[in-house]
Amino acid sequence: MAGRSIPFSPASPDSAPFWQAAGEGRLLLRRCEACKRVHWYPRPICPHCGGATAWEEASGRGTIYSHSVMRRAPEPYAIAYVRLEEGTTMMTNIVDCDFDAIHVGQPVRVVFVPRDGAPPMPMFTPEAAA
Amino acid sequence: MTVRGAACIVGAYEHPTRKAPDTSLAQLHAEVALGALADAGLTLRDVDGYFCAGDAPGLGPLSMVDYLNLRVRHVDSTDVGGSSYLLHVSHAAQAIAAGKCDIALITLAGRPRSEGVATGTTARAGNPAQPDVQWEYPYGPTIANMYAMCATRHMHEFGTTSEQLAWIKVAASHHAQHNPHAMLRDVVTVEDVVNSPLVAAPLHRLDCCVISDGGGALVVARPEIARSLKRPVVMLRGAGEAVKGQMGGDVDLTFTGARWSGPRAFAEAGVTPADIRYASIYDSFTITVLMQLEDLGFCEKGQGGRFVADGNLISGVGRLPFNTDGGGLCNNHPSNRGGMTKVIEAVRQLRGEAHPAVQVKDCALALAHGTGGSLGTRHGSATLILERM
Repeated sequence: MAGRSIPFSPASPDSAPFWQAAGEGRLLLRRCEACKRVHWYPRPICPHCGGATAWEEASGRGTIYSHSVMRRAPEPYAIAYVRLEEGTTMMTNIVDCDFDAIHVGQPVRVVFVPRDGAPPMPMFTPEAAA
Repeated sequence: MTVRGAACIVGAYEHPTRKAPDTSLAQLHAEVALGALADAGLTLRDVDGYFCAGDAPGLGPLSMVDYLNLRVRHVDSTDVGGSSYLLHVSHAAQAIAAGKCDIALITLAGRPRSEGVATGTTARAGNPAQPDVQWEYPYGPTIANMYAMCATRHMHEFGTTSEQLAWIKVAASHHAQHNPHAMLRDVVTVEDVVNSPLVAAPLHRLDCCVISDGGGALVVARPEIARSLKRPVVMLRGAGEAVKGQMGGDVDLTFTGARWSGPRAFAEAGVTPADIRYASIYDSFTITVLMQLEDLGFCEKGQGGRFVADGNLISGVGRLPFNTDGGGLCNNHPSNRGGMTKVIEAVRQLRGEAHPAVQVKDCALALAHGTGGSLGTRHGSATLILERM
């Protein structure tokens, strides 16, 4: 990620545990206590059924659902949607790899990339590069 | 209640400017308002409903109502990005049917070109209270790379190619050559498109729409009023709207909100895609057009690439003439919102007032469709079916 500075976005009152865990290298998800489904992005109210949700730790493994390498940028970067093993899909970046080799279905695992003045951001890297 | 037959588009006007560094945003709105009213044979005093979206300066409709000194009894500033103005036509018809107004004015204007906005390639933070911002903005989502991810997935699932997408730009350029106001008037080839630089893979520079200043306006009126005016009568026959998001993490980039808004409009109109003689299809990018054509039912899901190839969208050549003004891909994209011009060109086609080189013969039934926001994350979708009476 050398070169591209990752912008900081203000956290919401309900997201503090997520960012604290990110600082510890753990990826959290929220699961509904009523319908038992996970969702993304994390909300206290389940977008599938309206039930109350609770944090749980994710495996950090998933596969690339789709991707695009942004070429018209000061520093090219790869945006993606990653389908997590737990069954929900999150927007992210793919880092530390050959951008031209990124492909749909590629297994990836979470890495936490530091930011200035904010907790690290969960991003993903190809499993083979581990 | 239905909007079928409840209202007519009696005035339509597209601003000829494509770069307006010396004209204020409010003045652009006023110029298109006067243009559409003159087209209808009406005046500002006749307007009793006003519709605008987030491109209008000030708080909702307040500043422009004040600037134009309108005396309105109904306002609506619903903002669903570039699809707002199609939705406004439907909402105006609803208001007219409910007796809330008789003559509604809808305006759009913007100057992103003069203001040097890197529209599609810069991530925008939005309002910090927007619940998605902290989970998305740091990853650099731009308009271009979000639409590009839809293209990547479409290619993966259905085998769609860059060459097929390029045909959409080729068709738009064939139409734009006849439009003296179009920003890009040169006819391009499939090779030109796929050899242009990548912006956000797999989308190339020529897969993207232009950035332009300008605007447009519409006047929507009760049918009795429409018949008293001296213009051809263009009736709203059906309308549908929808909002699509990331579905709680069940992300599916292979379809758009047109899958929902389209059937609603067709059901209300009592017609099918096969009945449509001309279609204005939102064209922020080539992939936008391809996916919407599928979702509106002009071809099967996944067959969009084959459908658009070999000039099938070129007027006089293919089965479904689209965006005969050159569209956002070649003509203009005022305020980065292409919905207004989609309706305006459909009105021209239904009146028989499109450029003779692109006019569809006996064009009695047309569709206009818009997408506003971002296909990849969350967007508004609005479909109109219009009929010449």
